[in-house]
Amino acid sequence: MSRFKKKGEKTLPGISTSSLPDIVFMLLFFFMVTTKMKEVTLKVVVRKPDATQATKLENKSLISNVYIGKPLPRYQSQYGDQPLLQLDDAFAKPKDIVPWVLQEIEKTAEFERSKRTVSLKVDREVKMGIVTDVKEQLREANALKINYSARKAAILE
Amino acid sequence: MAKRSAPEINTGSMADIAFLLLVFFLVTTTMEQDTGIQRKLPEKQPENITPPEVKRRNVFIVLVNRNDELLVNGEPGDINLLKDRVKEFILNPQNDANLPEKTPTAIEGLGTYDVSKGVISLQNDRLTSFEKYMAVQDVLTRAFNELRNELASAKFGKTFDELQTLAKTNAEFEKKAEAIKKAIPISISEAEPKQTQSR
Repeated sequence: MSRFKKKGEKTLPGISTSSLPDIVFMLLFFFMVTTKMKEVTLKVVVRKPDATQATKLENKSLISNVYIGKPLPRYQSQYGDQPLLQLDDAFAKPKDIVPWVLQEIEKTAEFERSKRTVSLKVDREVKMGIVTDVKEQLREANALKINYSARKAAILE
Repeated sequence: MAKRSAPEINTGSMADIAFLLLVFFLVTTTMEQDTGIQRKLPEKQPENITPPEVKRRNVFIVLVNRNDELLVNGEPGDINLLKDRVKEFILNPQNDANLPEKTPTAIEGLGTYDVSKGVISLQNDRLTSFEKYMAVQDVLTRAFNELRNELASAKFGKTFDELQTLAKTNAEFEKKAEAIKKAIPISISEAEPKQTQSR
């Protein structure tokens, strides 16, 4: 028996960390692939209203966003404090919607064009006037599927 | 000259570098999903076409005025009572002559169902606040969803919400959900705003 006895005292072998970089890289690639950088910088304030019946919108790539709200304080000296419309990265007028929709449709694969939805992200304090103008322009552009963006709430106060 | 072997690169800090990158992507990732109430806008009508006549009994008018007050069928209304009025309007359980007509329709998976001809006309002023408008939209949607849930529970023993969740993986439930959708279509018409006179 003594033949197999090791010399010196027994120590627990340390856990090998050589595969740690591999594991971390795997996680890293996962997040790199799933990450989508924020597409637009908001120039307007949008605090979404609450809705109990809000449902999830599927397929992010088929959604175009229209933002309506008051300009951020740093833009107010230039653009005033009345609610404005933002398409992509710039302020826009309701009549800019038709070309914008066409451009958005162009980006979509042909077989998915009928599924394209325009999500209206509107601040809760905005008056309906500008929203109505936008809706009229969307009808003009034949972009009929819309979504009123709202936060899911359990009850409405 | 003696051969010098190239020194091996120390990979001990590889994990640190990878962690740093990992944390960066973790922080910048946005997983948030857009939620909201989906609607379909009416198609643009050519100007010379007069809209088809709709019988008065088939229309339920909800007007939100510039002071965010509700006018239901011409009378001041309460948002808390709106849901039940809408449900009664669409169902018309007693076949009241003042409530909408129904058309018996053969629906696959449901048999013949009396589909209501009723339309909710949601009107607003240009000065109505978006928050109030959405609150009313939410109540109207809830009325329709509850009707659908009730019908689905009676016919299939599952609520419409459950059917929709199951429909993602099962074609049979998808058919059932479609049948419910046909039986109770969300008939909300968002008209162009009435130019209400200033008082």
